[in-house]
Amino acid sequence: MSMFNTGDILETIEMFTQENLDVRTVTMGISLLDCIDPDPAKACEKVYRKITTRAAKLVPTVDAIAAEYGIPIINKRISVTPIAMLLGACPDADPVDFAKALDAAGKAVGVNFVGGYTALVHKGFSAGDKRLIESIPRALAQTDIVCSSVNIGATKAGLNMDAVKMMGQAVRKTAEMTADRQCIGAAKLVIFCNAPEDNPFMAGAFHGAGEPDCEIHVGVSGPGAVRAALARLPKDAPIDEVASLVKRTAFKITRVGQLVANLVSRELGVPAGIIDLSLAPTPAIGDSVANILEEMGLETCGCCGTTACLALLNDAVKKGGVMASNHVGGLSGAFIPVSEDAGMIHAAETGCLTIEKLEAMTAVCSVGIDMVIIPGDTPASVISGLIADEAAIGMVNSKTTAVRVIPAIGRKAGEVLDFGGLLGYGPIMPINQKDPSVFINRGGRLPAPMQSLKN
Amino acid sequence: MKAFITVVGKDTVGVVARVSGLCSELGINIEDITQSILQGMFAMIMLVDIAGCNVSHEELRSRIDALAGEMDMQITLTRQEVFDAMHTI
Repeated sequence: MSMFNTGDILETIEMFTQENLDVRTVTMGISLLDCIDPDPAKACEKVYRKITTRAAKLVPTVDAIAAEYGIPIINKRISVTPIAMLLGACPDADPVDFAKALDAAGKAVGVNFVGGYTALVHKGFSAGDKRLIESIPRALAQTDIVCSSVNIGATKAGLNMDAVKMMGQAVRKTAEMTADRQCIGAAKLVIFCNAPEDNPFMAGAFHGAGEPDCEIHVGVSGPGAVRAALARLPKDAPIDEVASLVKRTAFKITRVGQLVANLVSRELGVPAGIIDLSLAPTPAIGDSVANILEEMGLETCGCCGTTACLALLNDAVKKGGVMASNHVGGLSGAFIPVSEDAGMIHAAETGCLTIEKLEAMTAVCSVGIDMVIIPGDTPASVISGLIADEAAIGMVNSKTTAVRVIPAIGRKAGEVLDFGGLLGYGPIMPINQKDPSVFINRGGRLPAPMQSLKN
Repeated sequence: MKAFITVVGKDTVGVVARVSGLCSELGINIEDITQSILQGMFAMIMLVDIAGCNVSHEELRSRIDALAGEMDMQITLTRQEVFDAMHTI
């Protein structure tokens, strides 16, 4: 039996079957720049036709590769050009018609989500941007699989505080308009600083203007596999060995993603874009980023030491994944969503994990305050303040940060909101309710930070 | 079109016979085989060539799943490329 290593084979099978290793998403990025039309009905028709043509074979192809190779592939998704760019050409259009076109096209080809109901306003608003932002609550209430994102800041541009104010209001209104459905609309809306233009993960996926006409991105996952590997490491092993083990595991996980990207790209005749090296947790027991941090030696995620462990994890995932893939992009790192991670849910329920600690963690994780459920009476200005804080962390540290919070309309801290599926459930976490509205109402642009003299 | 079939579970009589019987029926050639006891569980690994398989990938998977159910064991079929990607540089 010299031809293969039985240990390697059984390790891989265990990762797939026991430790929830999967390719989380194959996302087709599609440019809609050639669908711009002053007639909104024609523009929507072009959008529908382009998506259903380009992505016609996406789902069956990915499913066939999953079956043929024995690799679990969970989601198939589409990201498109920020719709605000199309809206600029048709000032009289109802933006929601574009959301409905995306929803219908996505359903026609059978994908799980379509991302790109998006505006990029980090330096200011161009034609279409404000109308798109104002329409987000309606768009997310009237569609099922459309996701929305708005980039309100960048390291080189500063923070658009007028947009920060608008987005606090948009988050609240989106939750209110879907209050009868667990406020699900707000779970499909993310506010970014330094948004990547090739992100395959929802809700923040969109297809940037610098991307090719069509490409295939792959987002890998596997917190369970990393946790299981660390569980086998002695508890007195030095932290260097922890980092090394995370790197080696991330390498293996990412190689599966690269293999899938190559296969899908070849089958569809569409160029492979990026691999997103992310640890994306699910509510399944053990498939948790919080549990990884606890395996490193924390009693409960959120205690002192959490930020340091997360910094190690985020960095080691990148180091392991970079060599395993041709092109790295997207968000790449460790996600820390609360409702999608059983360990985070537990930590929040016991009060060990607070929003303030999560904010500190976002300085070293790949994204930000994600899938956090806040009390239903939280004012828009408080949400805007949270967005501004989070964006400031991203802006100053030259990294992506984001806010995806769900105001639980009609409910208070301590109660639970349950979205079902991969979005999970979670306790409503208390948030500081003191009023930042004078700051938020100032508007204007918070200046971009120094990029030298750093201390 | 090389692939590995793994069979993991409580050891019973006729495991090799039943899995290789299914391979024979579906035109799958067994090239190598090993078995061991892993943490008290029976583990068999077969290197097979599925180029001559006479059913679709979906049908092959459902037949394997059905056999796994009958034998109350976990059976997987994974293409060799997956292991090459993960374990070689």
